[in-house]
Amino acid sequence: MVTSQLPLLTLAIWVPIVFGLAVLAVGRDAAPSNARWLALIGAVAGFAITVPLMTGFDTSTAALQFVEDRPWVPAFNIRYQLGVDGIAMPFVVLNSFMTIFVVVAAWEVITSRVSQYLAAFLIMSGLINGVFAAADAILFYVFFEAMLIPMYIIIGVWGGPNRVYAAIKFFLYTLLGSLLTLVALIYLFYRSEGSFQIADYHMLPLTLQEQILIFLAFLMAFAVKVPMWPVHTWLPDAHVEAPTGGSVVLAAITLKVGAYGFLRFSLPIAPDASHELAGLIIALSLIAVVYIGLVALVQADMKKLVAYSSIAHMGFVTLGFFMFEPLSVEGGIVQMISHGFISGAMFLCIGVLYDRMHSRQIADYGGVVNRMPTFAAFFLLFAMANAGLPATSGFVGEFMVILGAVQVNFWYAFAAATTLILGAAYTLWMYKRVVFGDIANHHVEELQDINRREFLMLATLAFCVLAMGLWPAPVTDVMHASVDNLLHHVAQSKL
Amino acid sequence: MIPTFADYFAALPEIVLLGMTSLILILDLFLKDHQRNTTYLLTQFALLLTAVITVFTVQGRPVFAFNGLVVDDLMSDVLKVMIYLAVTIALVYVRAYNAARGLFTGEFFTLALFATLGMVVMVSANHFLTLYIGLELLSLSLYAMVALQRDSARATEAAMKYFVLGALASGMLLYGMSMLYGATGSLDLESVSAALASGLGSSNVLAFGLVFVVAGIAFKLGVAPFHMWVPDVYQGAPTSVTLFVGSAPKIAAFAFTLRLLVNGMEPLVADWQGMLIVLAVASMVLGNLAAIAQTNLKRMLAYSTISHMGFVLLGVLSGSLNGYASAMFYVLVYVLTALAGFGVILLLSREGFESEELDDLKGLNRRSPWFAFIMLLVMFSMAGVPPLAGFFAKLSVLQAALQQGLLWLVVLAVMMSLIGAFYYLRVVKLMYFDDPQHQEPIRPLGDMRMMLSANGVGLLLLGVAPQPLLTLCMVAISHSM
Repeated sequence: MVTSQLPLLTLAIWVPIVFGLAVLAVGRDAAPSNARWLALIGAVAGFAITVPLMTGFDTSTAALQFVEDRPWVPAFNIRYQLGVDGIAMPFVVLNSFMTIFVVVAAWEVITSRVSQYLAAFLIMSGLINGVFAAADAILFYVFFEAMLIPMYIIIGVWGGPNRVYAAIKFFLYTLLGSLLTLVALIYLFYRSEGSFQIADYHMLPLTLQEQILIFLAFLMAFAVKVPMWPVHTWLPDAHVEAPTGGSVVLAAITLKVGAYGFLRFSLPIAPDASHELAGLIIALSLIAVVYIGLVALVQADMKKLVAYSSIAHMGFVTLGFFMFEPLSVEGGIVQMISHGFISGAMFLCIGVLYDRMHSRQIADYGGVVNRMPTFAAFFLLFAMANAGLPATSGFVGEFMVILGAVQVNFWYAFAAATTLILGAAYTLWMYKRVVFGDIANHHVEELQDINRREFLMLATLAFCVLAMGLWPAPVTDVMHASVDNLLHHVAQSKL
Repeated sequence: MIPTFADYFAALPEIVLLGMTSLILILDLFLKDHQRNTTYLLTQFALLLTAVITVFTVQGRPVFAFNGLVVDDLMSDVLKVMIYLAVTIALVYVRAYNAARGLFTGEFFTLALFATLGMVVMVSANHFLTLYIGLELLSLSLYAMVALQRDSARATEAAMKYFVLGALASGMLLYGMSMLYGATGSLDLESVSAALASGLGSSNVLAFGLVFVVAGIAFKLGVAPFHMWVPDVYQGAPTSVTLFVGSAPKIAAFAFTLRLLVNGMEPLVADWQGMLIVLAVASMVLGNLAAIAQTNLKRMLAYSTISHMGFVLLGVLSGSLNGYASAMFYVLVYVLTALAGFGVILLLSREGFESEELDDLKGLNRRSPWFAFIMLLVMFSMAGVPPLAGFFAKLSVLQAALQQGLLWLVVLAVMMSLIGAFYYLRVVKLMYFDDPQHQEPIRPLGDMRMMLSANGVGLLLLGVAPQPLLTLCMVAISHSM
């Protein structure tokens, strides 16, 4: 294990949270700009802290890095143990990075209870970093659950008309899964003779029956979070009702927590059950890819469409994981990161339109390009990336997963590849209806193109999408060692 | 045997509390209405003094006094201090509420002190009779407190129900105790335990006695199916009394359970474990399901209490030191949470207005963001969401039950807490998502503002750093059982 001088991970978790509390303290509804600037400083500081994680990362080892370890609740041997490997590190960085966009996206848009809004996001950003950095199962669980509180408030307070229903549904769905995980963790605690360290569980021999039950308990939590068909129904509601920032965080980050859970918990703790039940997961993933792709095609609401497309894309991720091929697992992770950028950008684009028109219905738009040419260009790039166009990041992950799948079973790859058609169909069709054509009505007539703030946000994300699409090696290099180690571990039976 | 100095020393906190209570009782007669604050301050002083004495007379190992009638062990010391603390907090919260309703009277304080005395006697009891005396002192004081608002038909009805059912439960308890006495020939908990361990006594009589005792315990804890009084009393009593009934007495009821079942009848663990499983399951299911249907906040919290007591039983029925310590942790956390929850309800009540419907919480975030946040902490703590104290409370009882291999029970418990999460979420929804129905500003007294803030933030701190209290519970239990 590599220890660090400065507790970088602790800072990555607590700096945003402390800034969030500070924003809450200074925020007056009369003078929201204080809260905005302080939140921006907090978000940038939070991201700055994660930069050394990237630059100081040792890509040659699969061991946890930047490890911090001290007892937290000795009564149950719970430790405040943090550390990231090549799988977790990119997500800590991604999360801290996206938090800046959330703050900036809210700048002029959120006008009621500004400080509470920004504080909720900063606190959530810290908690999500905690999820990815935790090496102790209960610590993971605490962050995993605590995340629900700010998200519940965000959807419920600043969301759309049906926000209350969406917020409660979101909370209860997620809680249902995670409570069973808690039971599984306590079971593992006794099975491992008193340890909550995830690394100890990886080495713990378990019978097949135990593994299957544990796998299913984890599946409940992570499948809801991913979300996988058929427990995905909370996502379109939550996405549609959440404010733009909420949608960005949900799509870009929190969905990744579920997929990350598969890699950190399900696969290594229950490898035999993973192989045993791989067929189930593959089937669910393919249903998500194909069926949800078709569902996305018929959506009349832009946000709902992108929400369904997120589910389809996440189906790709889980499909990649359960191929047990290095290429496909890495592809899945690349897809997670890329989807973070693309879905974030898509929701920001929709947010840009919504702020001007206060409608998310595709039918209310048409001919936007005539009034917002710059915006239309960016939107096109992200739409293409969402459809998996080569040279964008969206292509890299999907291609890797499909290549990996071909090695396992041609028909898996075939079914998965339909996403390239479906994705192009629903994204570009929506794009066509919204952006091209004649100006549909006088609301579109009055549209103003994006301002400097919006330009800066979209340009940065466009850069990320293109950079990752053209040169993905830096990202895949980081995870090589960890993925190899994981797959090596999963290949060994625990029976 | 003539009591020695050591006997008196072991019971010093109780003696001082009794002395102070009597003093306040008499002194209050000579005070005019506008001097009632003196009574209040004296009451707080009595509690503080007793707490200090309790802390400074801690003895490492259990000391039996008055021929084994009472025991002074670490568990009793910890629980007593927590009882004093809970009563102190409760009295701070109720001051403004009671003053506005003519309940800021000497009777309220002396009854509260006598109830406290009953609780600490229960906590330290080592004998069926001492247990019973403590219980009755507590119960009679509580009946009177519920009925304190003479002109309120609802309060009177609640008091009547409470009294009749309480008397019935006491009768059952005594009946059970008499059977145990018949079977073992002793009323002393240590001797009963020893007699049971040596296999003395007919198993039929023992089983009957045990059933009655467990029924009595179940009533006092307020677990299903002996829970009928809880919602009516919580709703009918003035909120200040509800706060009192719903906090410190839970600690005493827990101690009462441990004394009877563990100190007295641990050899019968296989018998009472099964009964407690039934009670725990019934409480968790009924409490959580019924709470969903409530529109009255106090009634909802009453059903929530029932389900929480089910969780406490989950720890107790594990039949291990780990389980008892977990249950103790759970009770203490629950009491602190309930205090803050009722504190917020009291805060929202004004002169001539009882805030007790769920809708009265609407838009609290607009009216007072800070106290809405406190209530949010309370609700998420009750729902067992980390990083609040309630999470570690749930974790500790669940792990204790799972250690005994009760997997199905643990799964049932977490599913029920999922249902519970719904109605706690609804409260948060009302406060944060809805528009306020009332516009009156919320201006609590300074001491209440500070106490309530500390109480709410304490829930968060206990969730982030639960170790000290957990250690305290574990040490207390392992030195006393």
